[in-house]
Amino acid sequence: MSTLLDCNKACKVKVVKINAKSDLKQRLISFGIMKEADIEVLEHAPGKSTIEIKVANMRIALRAEEANMIEVQKI
Amino acid sequence: MNEMVGKACPVIANHIKIALVGQPNVGKSMLINSVSNAHLHVGNFSGVTVDKTEVLFDYGDYHFTVVDLPGTYAFTDYTIEERVTHEYLCTQSYDLIINVVDSTNLAKNLQLSSELMSMNKNVVIALNMSDEAEKEGINIDSEYMSELLGIPCVKVSAATKMGIEDLLEAIIKVKEQESQNAKLIFSEPVEEEIAQIVWYLEKHKYGAKNTYRNVAINLLKNNKQTYQRIHDNPIWIELQPILVEATKHIELHHDSDDIKEAFAEEYASFNRGIVAEVIKEEKKAEKKTLTEKIDSILIHQMFGIPIFLFFMWSLFQLTFEIGAIPMDYIDGFFGWFGDTIGATISNDDIRSLVVDGIIAGVGAVVLFVPNIIILFIGISLLESTGYMSRVAFLLDGFFHKFGLHGQSFIPLVTGFGCSIPAYMSARILKNDRDRLLTLFIIGFMSCGARLPVYVLFAGAFFSPEMAGNVLFIIYISGALMGLAAAKVLKLTAFKGVDEPFVMEMPKYRLPSAKLIWHTVLTKTMMYLKKAGTFIAAAAMLIWFLSNYPKNLILEESYASKIEIAVDAKEKIVLENELAKSLLEQSYLGTIGKFSEPIFEPLGFDWKMSVALQTGLAAKEVVVSTLGVLYSLGADVDEENNSLKDAISSQISFASAISFIVVIMIYLPCLAASIVFTKEAGGIRYFFYLFAFTSITAYVMAFIAYNIALLFG
Repeated sequence: MSTLLDCNKACKVKVVKINAKSDLKQRLISFGIMKEADIEVLEHAPGKSTIEIKVANMRIALRAEEANMIEVQKI
Repeated sequence: MNEMVGKACPVIANHIKIALVGQPNVGKSMLINSVSNAHLHVGNFSGVTVDKTEVLFDYGDYHFTVVDLPGTYAFTDYTIEERVTHEYLCTQSYDLIINVVDSTNLAKNLQLSSELMSMNKNVVIALNMSDEAEKEGINIDSEYMSELLGIPCVKVSAATKMGIEDLLEAIIKVKEQESQNAKLIFSEPVEEEIAQIVWYLEKHKYGAKNTYRNVAINLLKNNKQTYQRIHDNPIWIELQPILVEATKHIELHHDSDDIKEAFAEEYASFNRGIVAEVIKEEKKAEKKTLTEKIDSILIHQMFGIPIFLFFMWSLFQLTFEIGAIPMDYIDGFFGWFGDTIGATISNDDIRSLVVDGIIAGVGAVVLFVPNIIILFIGISLLESTGYMSRVAFLLDGFFHKFGLHGQSFIPLVTGFGCSIPAYMSARILKNDRDRLLTLFIIGFMSCGARLPVYVLFAGAFFSPEMAGNVLFIIYISGALMGLAAAKVLKLTAFKGVDEPFVMEMPKYRLPSAKLIWHTVLTKTMMYLKKAGTFIAAAAMLIWFLSNYPKNLILEESYASKIEIAVDAKEKIVLENELAKSLLEQSYLGTIGKFSEPIFEPLGFDWKMSVALQTGLAAKEVVVSTLGVLYSLGADVDEENNSLKDAISSQISFASAISFIVVIMIYLPCLAASIVFTKEAGGIRYFFYLFAFTSITAYVMAFIAYNIALLFG
């Protein structure tokens, strides 16, 4: 299963599962990152330490560790 | 309606108390500003409002109180500011909630709205940024939305003041109707479980303030307060197995072991339904938005950081270059002003107090107003365009290596303006360890009040072409030292796991000139006000301490010597000597001499030692102290009338470097220290900060002094 971190720039994916602890999961959900949500990877920071994604109409920055918790599927 | 801000409430008027709630960066503060003409701070990133603020105004027959609450994505209590909002909404009394939503991103914003709707409070939804949404081709049918949700939804725009009166009318209508019936519908399996619990509560006539439906929803959502209340009721024994079953069903339905996640999905699908019904989006060909285009350059993997550094460098260049233009005029004005006023005063002591004390002290601080204005314009541009979050994104990886959180960047940048709001904005950090760590290093980001010291010394020791670069180097090296300090603290005092980094990147917005003008004006006026009051008083005190006690024997002995002297040159030398010895035996001289041995290894004379100590009150006082001390000692020599010249002739290069290093690192001003203590949560943190900054400043300055001696 691939995660959001494996995605290249401009790649569009659907969230399958979030492997985070409850409070982080809540946080991600409140940003619209939840099962079935469509995500587009917009940009990587130097060294891929942080990535920028687009969910619904919003841009969100995530650190590599968090991106790695989000299992996705290509669409 | 606008003129009546803050007017006392007439006895006959009805009172409406409103809680203003919304996700971060949807324009809550701006909406209040356009409703009431108040001037709350507005920025383009999440976390501008960190504590609740109340604004009063009158409209129609009503007296309004609006409480601006910090932005919150959901009721998850993730950060301190979110806790402030949630607690306020649950425990305080108010008439209704205005839920401000960003019309351009309705689906995400409704996430919070649907949570608000299950609170059994009256809600009015303000569809903010409607004008922007329409430009993007998003048309919201607000009447249909009101009907679907059962609560009034009003299109507004805080920026253009569109729909503000409609919003106020809707509020009054809700107030006059009293109860409201919000329609929040879940999926069938959840509705079945709710119905069963409601049926059970009805059967037992459970007494609740809330509707049974909301009690049932809260029970299913594991709401702590609801549980506490119902737990003491005998029906709990029978209710518990029903709840366990219901939770199991819902979790099964959602294929999740987390009931909160299941409910989040429920809300999301409800919201998707609403959005699909009320929004008519003109399908545009899928092309990149302006924000995405700008982002592809500004946060480019390779160029992002160089571009950011270039911006900062330009800011400091401008601060020095443009700031220097009016400086000569201001300097000249205060010189002329001092002479003119001085000529009208016959009493020597009073003249000296006014000219050498107040005018020299205040003048030395006012001199730097142009620099301060440029710096504040730069920072407010950074805040209001949305670039701040981009830099947090770029630097998170780098910051992370030093044990800092990417979002620490926001309080740290604010710290370049003033440490006080910086300490407060550290509340956006979730974790207390991260927050404390950030609080400890905010002081390394040189605040606006320290700028005058740097400009003065950079101007005195470097050519005008180099001075801007020197400023840039001072700020950057301060920041780098801060990072190094963070690493040390992270490895020692604040050990622990790293917090996740999840941050919204707002849309770029062109800030209105009015907003920038207002922010800069407020801050500049504050600086001037401080110069006129606090600094003037400090300058008088310093003048007194440096002129008393009088030593008549010394004066007389010199007076006779000066009289015998034939040569004019010799007279000046003797007069200088007198001024110097008088200063040295004054109260301030005694203090300076007493502390001189401590600062001697850093290359400071006693005047610099005193200036550092007075700087503990406020950093502007450093310059005004130097102004008073050096003008008293050097006034006699006509050629050296400006402070800059006095400093470059009386202080060695190495001592100047070491002085700047101490100013960069040591304790922030008194007011900032108080705020620090409050935000950190205890006086002991103040002592830690004092010890930490003093030792670091001393050691670094000692090193810098000795290196500079080698080269200089």
